[in-house]
Amino acid sequence: MPPPGQEQDMKTPTAQPTQRKNGLGIVPRLYYSARRGWKWFAIFLTVTGPGVIVMVADNDAGGITTYAATGAKYGYGLLWFLIILGPVAYVIQEMTVRLGAVTKRGHAEAIFDAFGPFWGWFSLTDLLLTDWLTLITEFIGMTAALSIFHIPPLLTVIVVSIIMILMVLQGRYWTWEKIALFFCLFNLVYIPGAILVHPSVSDIIHTGGIPNFPGGFNNNMFFFLMANIGTTIAPWMIFFQQSSVVDKSLKERDIPWGRLDTAVGAVATVLVAVFIIITTGSVLKGSAVQDAASAAVALMGINKWVGTLLAIGLFDAGFLGAICISLASSWAFGEVFGWAHSLNNKIKQAPWFYASYVLLLASAGTVVLLPGAPLVLITLFVQVIATTLLPAAMVFLILLLNDKERMGEYRNTVLQNIITVGVVIVIVALSTMYAVTTLFPNLLK
Amino acid sequence: MSDTEEKSHGSRGSFFGRRFARIREINKKYAGHHVTMTPAVKVALFLLRIYLLVLVAILFVKFFTILAGR
Repeated sequence: MPPPGQEQDMKTPTAQPTQRKNGLGIVPRLYYSARRGWKWFAIFLTVTGPGVIVMVADNDAGGITTYAATGAKYGYGLLWFLIILGPVAYVIQEMTVRLGAVTKRGHAEAIFDAFGPFWGWFSLTDLLLTDWLTLITEFIGMTAALSIFHIPPLLTVIVVSIIMILMVLQGRYWTWEKIALFFCLFNLVYIPGAILVHPSVSDIIHTGGIPNFPGGFNNNMFFFLMANIGTTIAPWMIFFQQSSVVDKSLKERDIPWGRLDTAVGAVATVLVAVFIIITTGSVLKGSAVQDAASAAVALMGINKWVGTLLAIGLFDAGFLGAICISLASSWAFGEVFGWAHSLNNKIKQAPWFYASYVLLLASAGTVVLLPGAPLVLITLFVQVIATTLLPAAMVFLILLLNDKERMGEYRNTVLQNIITVGVVIVIVALSTMYAVTTLFPNLLK
Repeated sequence: MSDTEEKSHGSRGSFFGRRFARIREINKKYAGHHVTMTPAVKVALFLLRIYLLVLVAILFVKFFTILAGR
């Protein structure tokens, strides 16, 4: 299939002239409708990628742990909250599609260009730190998942790193994207997993469909809500999707498709989160789940297949998170330092881009293998550091999307601004409270 | 210092020198704002600075609390 913008116009997928169609019988009309539908689908498959990948990768190892723990703690009680977070994530990520397609610049470069070196270096440094720490948590998730199948962490880190390096070194964005999309499919293992525990659909609708705070709104509840927000909206996602849109050479005319791509991704991310909560909420409710791997082990005691699926899903989540996060950093560095930074480049053409990618993976993987490494502290620290970057990244995003000179007709409308500014204010307020309460756990007691 | 040591020291210095030169270049390239500085943009950037300062202050408090606790 050809890359977008090269062989076909995305806006005009064979619209059949109405006059001619009206004169046809039912069979030819059905044929033309099916053909048109197929063409639309083919175009969607061509353009889809950044949105679906970023949204599915958003359900990373930390995310799976959060959802598993949420289900175990509150049953189906917080499903409604996850469903609300889907559109919120879409609103944020949709802006990166427009910004990338119009400016042809990644988020890091856009910040440097618009707001100068101070904010540029701040964002880049914070992104690197957040990404590196998050990458460590992805490796923790992957090694923990494969440890269930008796695969030693050292082997996991080495094999996984080699696969991730080979994925980018093949020299085509297109191929990388399709491989990543293939791994995204594995995230759907949670759906059969949830079906296997035979949940009560009526319970799910009645308990999870109506907004409520099981046990009341207390300190614990706040932590769980914030952890779920933190796993659904992360700073690296903004950087990743914008750079990905640029690397894919999406143009202004592709924006509607980019939106659809992001919307499909948002539905997928919510679907996966909901099914994980249904799984642990059905059979582990009331038990304290420390991480997704221990949830998988506990589930294996109840139903071997469900536990196995959760472990496979956890590994896949860590894997997808790792490839996206390390790429987000390498793209950002390439943009700012002026290195060649496309997945379409060969190693010789973009040595620094690939070197930074490999270095990030290797260093994060090594930390996980270090005996006595403060992995719990790292996991905690990620949340706090991400909190410093998230508001900044979102504020820059909105300011850039309102710059008439830069965005022209694609700038935010009044309605978009009301929604996005509202979302940003709520997220900034809540995430700040989360950071403060993470640092000072007794503050709200 | 031997010749070899001097050489490796010199090349290391030039390596860092080149990196700092690149950073200076980037700073020069992106110097100043290239976004329309409307009052809303100015207020947003000001609030962001305050927010980050407060957050850094909180991190420092936590750091010293941990130190004092030891």
